[in-house]
Amino acid sequence: MNLSLKLLLAACAALSFSLPVQAKEAAPLAEDPVVEKRLIKISAELRCLVCQNESLAGSQAELAKDLREEVRGLIKEGKSDREVKDFLVSRYGEFVLYRPQIKPTTYLLWGGPFLLLFIGLFALVRFLKQRSKMVVDTPLSDEEKKRAEALLKDGQS
Amino acid sequence: MNKFTLPLIGFVALVALLAVGLNLNPREVPSPLVGKPAPDFKVPHLHDPGAEFSPKEMLGKVWLFNVWASWCVSCREEHPIIVEYTKRPDAIPVIGLNYKDKRDDGQRWLARFGDPYVLSAFDLDGRVGINYGVYGVPETYLIDKQGVIRFKQIGPITPKVLEEKILPLVKELNS
Repeated sequence: MNLSLKLLLAACAALSFSLPVQAKEAAPLAEDPVVEKRLIKISAELRCLVCQNESLAGSQAELAKDLREEVRGLIKEGKSDREVKDFLVSRYGEFVLYRPQIKPTTYLLWGGPFLLLFIGLFALVRFLKQRSKMVVDTPLSDEEKKRAEALLKDGQS
Repeated sequence: MNKFTLPLIGFVALVALLAVGLNLNPREVPSPLVGKPAPDFKVPHLHDPGAEFSPKEMLGKVWLFNVWASWCVSCREEHPIIVEYTKRPDAIPVIGLNYKDKRDDGQRWLARFGDPYVLSAFDLDGRVGINYGVYGVPETYLIDKQGVIRFKQIGPITPKVLEEKILPLVKELNS
């Protein structure tokens, strides 16, 4: 682990602990393994807004705990993954999604890398073509050939 | 065209992109709630556990909904600005939301620093906060006569935000 990452983690830890522990943390509704599994799967794809480089699944921030509890409740109500994510997006915005939806405002985000790749490929092809044109093929005249042969023979002996 | 022109243009474009990107504040997440009706709720008052507050009571008024807590450091910074504002004769009502606090702590905090709020709603478990998309206290919502959120301030209200963003909007909404 490099130093800057360590510092970042320390800062995140400090941030999440700076809020005094609140009176009562809502008790987990029940440790239903199926619910917990889905909770982890969904919250791993959601951003914690307090510690923005952490997922909701991994963050120890107070708000993340509350939101996990909220998501747990929604799962128990039988909501689909889509509905749970929509619940959070409608409150916190699309920023919470680590995997943004594909729509006009995100076309560039999703397509950008491919666009760059094609621009790169195009430039490469053009460059290679131009370079091959620069190599001018000038055949040797008969006299030059003889001289070359003579020189080669000289070298062998 | 010089052979350095294209790479230079690319480089300048990249620098411009990074300069803009680095100057954005990642903490300022645009709220999807602006332009939407303020979520309804019903929670007890901070000072009177028997009474309940619901934003429906405020229909027909332009009002500010200020999320605060006694444990919140930036709220201390923001508080005097709200106290001063509510002393103005044309001030709009400010309702507080005491977010994830202890009743005693919240009341003591207001007694010490002044209570500019018409009332403070008491959100013990933070459920109201979640419905309003609160992620960094203090946060403030400007709600219009129809109960629609028109503006959200994330983080403390500064005199600049109050004068340049909130008050002009209040004037517009009240006219």
